[in-house]
Amino acid sequence: MTILGIETSCDETGVALLKDGEVIANNIYSQIVHTKFGGVVPELASREHIKKLLPMVKKILSENQISLEDIDGVAVTYGPGLISCLLIGLNFAKGLSYSLDIPFIGVNHLEAHIYSPFITNKEFKPPFLSLLVSGGHTQLIKVRGLGDYEILGSTLDDACGEAFDKVSKLIGTGYPGGLAIEFWAEEGDPFAFDFPVPDPRGLDFSYSGLKTSVLYTYQKLSQKECVERIKDIAASFQRVAIQSLILKLKRAIDKTGIKTVSVSGGVSANKLLRMQLSELSIDWAVPEPGFTMDNGAMIAFLGYKLLCNGYSSNFNLHANSNLTL
Amino acid sequence: MPITRSAEDTMKLAEDLIKGIDNPTCIALIGPLGAGKTVFVKGIAHGLGIDSVIQSPTFVLMRSYQGRLKLYHIDLYRIGSEEEIILLEEYFLRDGITVIEWADRIKGILPDKRIDILLNIKNKEEREITINDYR
Repeated sequence: MTILGIETSCDETGVALLKDGEVIANNIYSQIVHTKFGGVVPELASREHIKKLLPMVKKILSENQISLEDIDGVAVTYGPGLISCLLIGLNFAKGLSYSLDIPFIGVNHLEAHIYSPFITNKEFKPPFLSLLVSGGHTQLIKVRGLGDYEILGSTLDDACGEAFDKVSKLIGTGYPGGLAIEFWAEEGDPFAFDFPVPDPRGLDFSYSGLKTSVLYTYQKLSQKECVERIKDIAASFQRVAIQSLILKLKRAIDKTGIKTVSVSGGVSANKLLRMQLSELSIDWAVPEPGFTMDNGAMIAFLGYKLLCNGYSSNFNLHANSNLTL
Repeated sequence: MPITRSAEDTMKLAEDLIKGIDNPTCIALIGPLGAGKTVFVKGIAHGLGIDSVIQSPTFVLMRSYQGRLKLYHIDLYRIGSEEEIILLEEYFLRDGITVIEWADRIKGILPDKRIDILLNIKNKEEREITINDYR
């Protein structure tokens, strides 16, 4: 069974082909038009998706000697994300599905992220805890099975990846913030600044205060110090941001007794986070490189799982920018 | 102009403001990163009787909530200029309260009848908040 996966929820255009549960191709186009704005500009993003999507689908098919008639289903993100961007992928998928008379499967982007570590790690089975950390989401979820979730904690304000982006913009290290902060932090002293570790009640997260605290520290520095101490600020911020994730994860493990953990979303690529996960005595999985950021493979993978369970979508499925689990 | 001395103070100010409003209204929030814009929106939500957590809408641009009046929470942090948000205009004066963070980025297309909230960081705790009612 061959599934075409399409992802256009934000600033990555992703297309992928999955054959009998294995990814055979996963192409991602990361829009670079946004770097000068320090974030994603929705109108620009949706225009880029329009330009890229069709050529990318044609290319992935021809590169893998697969014709349109070989496709058995098309899976696509229908939320959450930027509405103008979601619409591009969703309508394209509906059109393709209608013209080829094959099933179309609307996929929840968050659910696809949760299952992204298992594209290559088939041993992993529910129940497990999922730490979903990206630019738009920071959540701890108890996964009992496909479609059966209990949200244990969420951010009360900013997402973790959003804090990386905003701090990076603040200290002038650019976009995307995750990579930039990690790069500058490498040579910095993580204990140079004593930012408070966010710890709201229970299993919830908070990153707004940390961002503000970096702002105050940065504003107090002289112009010369601002340049000299960028690495120290980046390293200290990163240490505290990651520490908060680990703190909550440990608490969730204690509370639920579940020691199997899936970590996904853009922040799961962070090396410090991965290092600290390996220091915990738990079974943990992160997505392979290529399946970390927004991508078509995770959409195709979940679409395949859903289709195997007898599920597909109707053409009246709407894009939902605030879709939850 | 009021000075608030904590996040709770800022929330209280917003809550008091919204209690006197019964009609669809556009509220423009203007102030730098960390000034308390989202905190102000949390106060408004509370004042409207909304229980859900108000998460930053930076990623999705807009989140809506149902309270005594409907609340549309818009965040233009990622927006460079007004040309880029054509789709959002329809929310500016709808059936409820529309609150726009980073509203100064789209001054040219904001409705004339609105409330401007200017948040200024005095120091670590204190915020100077100016309310200009143009309704």
